[in-house]
Amino acid sequence: MKLFNTINILSASDKQLIEISKRGLLSLSLQEMKVIQQYFKSKKRNPTDCELETIAQTWSEHCKHKTLTAKVKIKIKKGKKVFIKKYDNVLKETIFYATKKINHPDCLSVFEDNAGIVKFTNKYAVAVKVETHNHPSALEPYGGAATGIGGVIRDIVGCGLGAKPIANTDVFCFGDLEYKKELPQGVFHPRRIFNGVVSGVRDYGNRMGIPTVNGSIVFDNGFLFNPLVYCGCVGIIPINKINKTVKPNQYIVLVGGKTGRDGIHGATFSSAALHNKLPTSVVQIGDPITEKMFLDVILKARDLGLYTAITDCGAGGLSSACGELTKDCGAKIYLEKVPLKYKGLLPWEIWLSESQERMVLIMDKHKTQKFLQLCSLEDVEATIIGETTNSKKLEVFYDGTKVCELDTEFLYYGVPKLSFNLSYTLANLKHKNVVITEPLEKLVKKVISSSNVASKEWVIRQYDHEVQAGTIIKPLCGRSNEMYSPQDAAVIYPISIEDIDDKQKAISISCGIKPSLSRIDVVKMTEYVIDEAIRNNICVGTKLEKIFLLDNFCWGELNKTNLAKLYLSCETAKNVAIKYGTPFISGKDSLNNYYLLRNKKVSIPETLLITAVGVIEDINNIKTAYFKHPDNYVFLLGKFSYSLGGSTLSECLKIKNLKPPELNINTAIKVYKFINNYNHYILSAHDVSDGGVITTISEMCFANNLGIEINLNTQKLVEFLFSEPPSCILVEIPQDKKNMFEQLLNKEKIPYIVLGQLKPQPLINIISKGKNKLKLSVEEIYKLWTSSVTG
Amino acid sequence: MTPTSIILRVGGTNCDKETVVALKSVGFKTLLVHINQLLKKEVKLQEFDLLVIPGGFSFGDYISAGKVFAVEIYYKLRKELEKFVLDKNKYILGICNGFQVLVKLGLLPKISFVQQVTLTENDSGRFECRWVYLKVNKNNPSVLSKLPDIIELPIAHAEGKFVAKEKVLQEIVENNCIIFQYCDKNGVVSSNYPLNPNGSMLNIAGITDTSGRIIGLMPHPERFIIKNQYPVYENVKNPYGKQFFELIKKKIQKIY
Repeated sequence: MKLFNTINILSASDKQLIEISKRGLLSLSLQEMKVIQQYFKSKKRNPTDCELETIAQTWSEHCKHKTLTAKVKIKIKKGKKVFIKKYDNVLKETIFYATKKINHPDCLSVFEDNAGIVKFTNKYAVAVKVETHNHPSALEPYGGAATGIGGVIRDIVGCGLGAKPIANTDVFCFGDLEYKKELPQGVFHPRRIFNGVVSGVRDYGNRMGIPTVNGSIVFDNGFLFNPLVYCGCVGIIPINKINKTVKPNQYIVLVGGKTGRDGIHGATFSSAALHNKLPTSVVQIGDPITEKMFLDVILKARDLGLYTAITDCGAGGLSSACGELTKDCGAKIYLEKVPLKYKGLLPWEIWLSESQERMVLIMDKHKTQKFLQLCSLEDVEATIIGETTNSKKLEVFYDGTKVCELDTEFLYYGVPKLSFNLSYTLANLKHKNVVITEPLEKLVKKVISSSNVASKEWVIRQYDHEVQAGTIIKPLCGRSNEMYSPQDAAVIYPISIEDIDDKQKAISISCGIKPSLSRIDVVKMTEYVIDEAIRNNICVGTKLEKIFLLDNFCWGELNKTNLAKLYLSCETAKNVAIKYGTPFISGKDSLNNYYLLRNKKVSIPETLLITAVGVIEDINNIKTAYFKHPDNYVFLLGKFSYSLGGSTLSECLKIKNLKPPELNINTAIKVYKFINNYNHYILSAHDVSDGGVITTISEMCFANNLGIEINLNTQKLVEFLFSEPPSCILVEIPQDKKNMFEQLLNKEKIPYIVLGQLKPQPLINIISKGKNKLKLSVEEIYKLWTSSVTG
Repeated sequence: MTPTSIILRVGGTNCDKETVVALKSVGFKTLLVHINQLLKKEVKLQEFDLLVIPGGFSFGDYISAGKVFAVEIYYKLRKELEKFVLDKNKYILGICNGFQVLVKLGLLPKISFVQQVTLTENDSGRFECRWVYLKVNKNNPSVLSKLPDIIELPIAHAEGKFVAKEKVLQEIVENNCIIFQYCDKNGVVSSNYPLNPNGSMLNIAGITDTSGRIIGLMPHPERFIIKNQYPVYENVKNPYGKQFFELIKKKIQKIY
């Protein structure tokens, strides 16, 4: 077997360089190829396939975030005004800047490790990571989603010296399940993707014994060709185990599954367009039990102090895991030692393979024997595959032959910087009145049964959301086998971590996503999703100053307009996060989500997922989102704007270009802090989001099968019931505390509306200006709400 | 005397930690071991009062749930287990995947080491995670018959449908081997989905052997030991899962 090929780039023309990149699925630009050419000119030799592949993986958009860290100048036009924004490194000056500026004392490790880590108790911290696995899920929904969840779990196991995963989150965007038109060859129907993805997450998450507790599903035909699959994982780690150290002369040990040809080029493929000629070998194959087995062993070894660094084999496989861990010292890797699934892999294939369920650990030589014994006791495969050096070189061998030698300085810091000069005109929609003539009852039924509002019970119940016994706010709450109310955030009480030092604390997890808004205004979309993620956490009783954010940008084709939108979204995210005082602790971007349809590029709507994670001081103060007792009063807190822009109703009725409601952050902060401070008055809380106030009320009625009489005094009943303004929350207040609560609201100048009083009869009765406007049976609404989304 | 329990895990077991927490919360001494530790004789089964096989997906459950784990025990631990089972002072509890293991090992409903009944794919064809009402059989020989008439616990499984031949079923009923049946909130046993979440024959959720020392059930008592785990806000005084483990403890202590 020929161990490597050299690729002639020293004498290659620009055209040939582009051709080399294209032929090898390397996704390297001409500018990058030229820098590589220059490097090898200085070395007076051509690169091996292994070297070129290593550089391509390390410099891939997936690993390096070149677009987000670019140097950018944007001319922003707003009406007649023009602003210029300049960045040397967008990510550093927006998202990272917000975190730095907020300077939250609980942030222990942000944007440096595989996950963001924040303080939980004095002894333990919470680690969180959210990833995307979009391209693989489009090609092979089951395998793509399963390995997505498997990958993000390994990020948690591989952060610090290893965290124990305690919860998963999953957010999906699909095309319309009822899509009737013909799809191009190779594109799966949304229902097939939906079923495959849900099964993939179910089979992997359930087998790992990690509860899937939070999520969201967006149905929108913008995702017909490029579905989005976000997978998140939350873990718990001792605070004294969050730092890795790597020194020369330690062993590099590979733990877990064997290596095969699956998933080669996963990292570079994720930066390319989807089309119907891609090989499916770019998608990996998942095996959750192998992962569960090494998880058990690694946590034991961590507590015994047997290793000093760990990371997972994700995109780029061993090349990325070994390279990343040893970039400050250097390493020698012996590929013939890597256990293989089958014979015949070339060295570069072993080096690049993204076979799943593998971790790379660095350990002192004298502790290695004990570590290997521990693994063998639990039938976990572990192999010494190399050692760290002080050469500042990444050297890779196969049976004594060197197949790769790269300076770590060049590999990790040599990638040329992107630079863009852009301009963008901000959306400037005027408020316009719409006349909706359909009867109110029909509108309610349409909205409540629309796929974005309807219950996701069919999906939720397939996930074991209670394993580990800590899910104290479940995705659906209610009595056994009766009606359920959906909840704003999941709350995890880590009961199975026995030596926890504070037995009152819990973790809240929620998210915000609204891609349809970015069709109107990407700035509004960004503001909305951050606010939504935060207010979902506020609803369960988390304090505003204990909320941390994760950003996941999924963008389409990177043309100039979309790039400008991306940077604008980053800038907005920075401003909103700073105002709320909620730092970003981790993030990821997935760009190039577009499909080549007869040479036309079809992009997804710009989508930002915000995941909010909060620390709750006392589990006995948490709030759920369903009404508790008849006679209690229901208040709407927050500044309500009567505008149907971006609402589910406007989508159902296909009314376009309406101005979405404004977010007033100062008022929002006042409302959230008020809810935090007067938590003891509140019996239940639920935010106004998809489907508007009428949906919020209905969902709150379900679990205890209660009714409500709503008395309003408005001309704009339709706008009131269906607008989706940010930062509005409905709360239930005991009857005897109603007056006191109102006085407090007035005193603190919180905008509010008294909606009405709860009734034992399960009827939603809406009276406006003394006239009966609508009477709906809660059970009937529940039936509509639960029957539209199934596989 | 503090009762002792051994919790047995293999690759894919995943409810072990919370089962340990639940056992400890009622005063058990616990030891969580990997099956290889038993095989290497690092630990002796006979030293414990209670053997617990917790929930999970042992070895992935790819063939049929619990099957590989059962075979592993049958061929490698049979002698030790037989001794344990025949000792009238010893108890075995199988929860969810553990129940599947006990059934496939042939320990339920009779101790025969030959499989007599099975737990197979839910009628819905899907994994189901939800809370259920359970009717407690007051005539069952095990200590669990002292639980309240109707209890609530969560289930989470894809293969929980109890299936047996007519004759075996008849014996199960005659010997009062049934301990839990799916029912509605008034305690009326029901085969309606989702009251019966999997389509089990006779709506069976849990059984014991004729001595009441070997207990297998699909629901998860370890997931309801504090009031906050209940899916709706209510001031639960004594969570059913906690009562469940407390009774087993008292039985071992011969308080009952």
